[in-house]
Amino acid sequence: MALADTASQSNPTVSEAYLAMVRQKRIFGGILLAIFVALMVGGFLVAQERNAGDFIPGLPQVLDFPAAVVAEAWENRAQLPGFIVQFFPSLIETINIAAVSTLIGGLAAIILSLFSTRGLALFPRMIPVVRRFMDVLRAIPEIVIALVLIFLLGGGPVPAMIAIALHTAGALGKLFSEINENAALGPVEGLASVGANWTQRMLLGVVPQVAPNYLSYALLRFEVNIRASAILGFVGAGGIGYDLRNTITFGTGKFDEAAAIFILLFATIVTFDQLSSVVRNRLTHGRAL
Amino acid sequence: MTTDVYVEAARAGLRRKSLTAYGIMAAIVAYLVYIFFAFQIPQLLRNVDADNARILVADSYSHKVHVTRDNRDASVEVSIEGERKGRYPTGEAPEWVTLGQTTIIDLEDGHVVSFGPEEIRYDIPGYGLVTARPGADGVNATLPSGDVPEWINASKNRLAITTEAGRLTITRNRTEVFRYFGGWELFWFTLDSPYHGLGPIALASAALSGEAGAIWQDFWHNDMWRHADVAWAIFETILMAFLGTFGAAIIALPLAFMAARNFTPFGPLRFAVRRLFDFVRGVDGLIWTIILSRAFGPGPMTGALAILLTDAGSFGKLFSETLENVDSKQIEGVASTGAKPMQRYRFGVIPQVSPVFLSQILYSFESSTRSATIIGAITGGGIGLLLTQAIITQKDWEEVSYYIVLIVIMVILMDWFSGMLRRKLIQGDASGH
Repeated sequence: MALADTASQSNPTVSEAYLAMVRQKRIFGGILLAIFVALMVGGFLVAQERNAGDFIPGLPQVLDFPAAVVAEAWENRAQLPGFIVQFFPSLIETINIAAVSTLIGGLAAIILSLFSTRGLALFPRMIPVVRRFMDVLRAIPEIVIALVLIFLLGGGPVPAMIAIALHTAGALGKLFSEINENAALGPVEGLASVGANWTQRMLLGVVPQVAPNYLSYALLRFEVNIRASAILGFVGAGGIGYDLRNTITFGTGKFDEAAAIFILLFATIVTFDQLSSVVRNRLTHGRAL
Repeated sequence: MTTDVYVEAARAGLRRKSLTAYGIMAAIVAYLVYIFFAFQIPQLLRNVDADNARILVADSYSHKVHVTRDNRDASVEVSIEGERKGRYPTGEAPEWVTLGQTTIIDLEDGHVVSFGPEEIRYDIPGYGLVTARPGADGVNATLPSGDVPEWINASKNRLAITTEAGRLTITRNRTEVFRYFGGWELFWFTLDSPYHGLGPIALASAALSGEAGAIWQDFWHNDMWRHADVAWAIFETILMAFLGTFGAAIIALPLAFMAARNFTPFGPLRFAVRRLFDFVRGVDGLIWTIILSRAFGPGPMTGALAILLTDAGSFGKLFSETLENVDSKQIEGVASTGAKPMQRYRFGVIPQVSPVFLSQILYSFESSTRSATIIGAITGGGIGLLLTQAIITQKDWEEVSYYIVLIVIMVILMDWFSGMLRRKLIQGDASGH
């Protein structure tokens, strides 16, 4: 306060202008905050009105379903290990969908990224085209492709695999091309000077430099894809999501099986999260695997 | 001597490296082969429904007009896609159909089908005349002599002819001609609107002479495409993403302070909050969606809450990591002026972290739009619901492709919008706070 007083004595116009600016900024911030609050509240009310059940009456019921699942699972706890074994193959399928789509999508992303990086691309004119193509791949939600493919190919893991792989190719392609931009061009030029063709330059000059970063992003994507693969199973694409839908929509009496699936899914997601974060830590901190 | 040793060592190193590379490749190939059989791809390839694929592709960019004759009373009806909403009023037909005692349908390129009082005739260029007298005793088709080509499917009670001009199907009770046209049918106006079939210039002049409101009404409440409902569904999807993302941020912010080492020296609390974040993220969005829709029923609010819960977990983690990296000098500086704890947060911490937080929130807003489409398909809200409904009918593929285009545009726009805001934030930050 004393400081402000001295300042206003020495140069009243500057201090007044400063305080006016602060006031203006506060008013501006206040208006923004008011708009934001209005949007949140108004939006919530609209969403609630379109919803089958309201928020306040529904709130006490949130725990009803988990409680019913837990109660039934506890009643039949002797069977739980049996159910876990029973659904384990579906879990493997879900993980396989995620793994193979990460693998295929990742390999496609390497190619797409090399074609969309300035200085490396084989056809520099095509860079914007490849980039827009990746944008579209990323923009289409997996569920859209999966549902259309289920119509064509029938249910099962393949529609989910293709859908997730396409999305992965777009998402990783963008990240990979950002990595490529930071790659040193020395090795590429060296290879070019001994007459290596484009494929050799990329495979021997670029990929070894960036492979740890690629792997790190691919692992992160793998985590995301396990979740996506479970969700796509829920709409009919095989794996543990499909079993989950069956056990919870067949009405009462199967919640013990649902509990087993919940446990499997939760354990899988947490395990792979931990595993991939350990590996990524090692990769980024430079220690060889 | 010594150089030989080095050369040998270098060669061994290269051999080992190339062995590793080949090993990785072999592992990938082996895994793909395993998947090939585990996913039963050979069997799948045999079962691919080529017809479905053709219908899907053709339907997504073209439409067909049905001319249907009821064989019991010889009445003729014309409708677009065979839908009630697309039916021409009685006595009216497009110009290639001449209604009368004998209805003549011109499929162009010389293909002409006529529905007589008794007899159906189809003159196929390069093949000959096909006639049929459908009745209670069967189709009674007469084909030109010779082998029946594969594009004609004839039996006692059914005759189907598929040519490049169209398709004719005759059963005992019904005769149907399909003619295919490019584009989406009735996208702008349905047949009952006076503006159907007008060109853009005629429409513009009508709009200028005071009919703009009526034109907009007819377009917006188009029965076939339901533009108003689709626009609302898109809005609902974005609303779910907005409420979910920003709601999650509001909830995660105070919790993140509790999970950050430099703000919460009390270990057990930190541990509990962190495990809470891990739990919320580990119980996947799918499971949250199921649990919440049991409590709140289907709808956009359930979707928004599901996004909120999943996002809150990841925001909590991201925010607390950001908070652990804040520069303590600014806080000390503010503290040295005698600021109380709240003021230290307000002036020492928030200005440092708010651009980072906002950028993280905006980034996930865009990806939440995509999640909202998926969650909407499960909980029944927004464009995801419309999309699954259209796919389940297995015939409205033009609507499916329309929704897909809209979803892609929506996501790309959100991507662009959030990217623009983030760039603004970063620039605004660089120009001084």
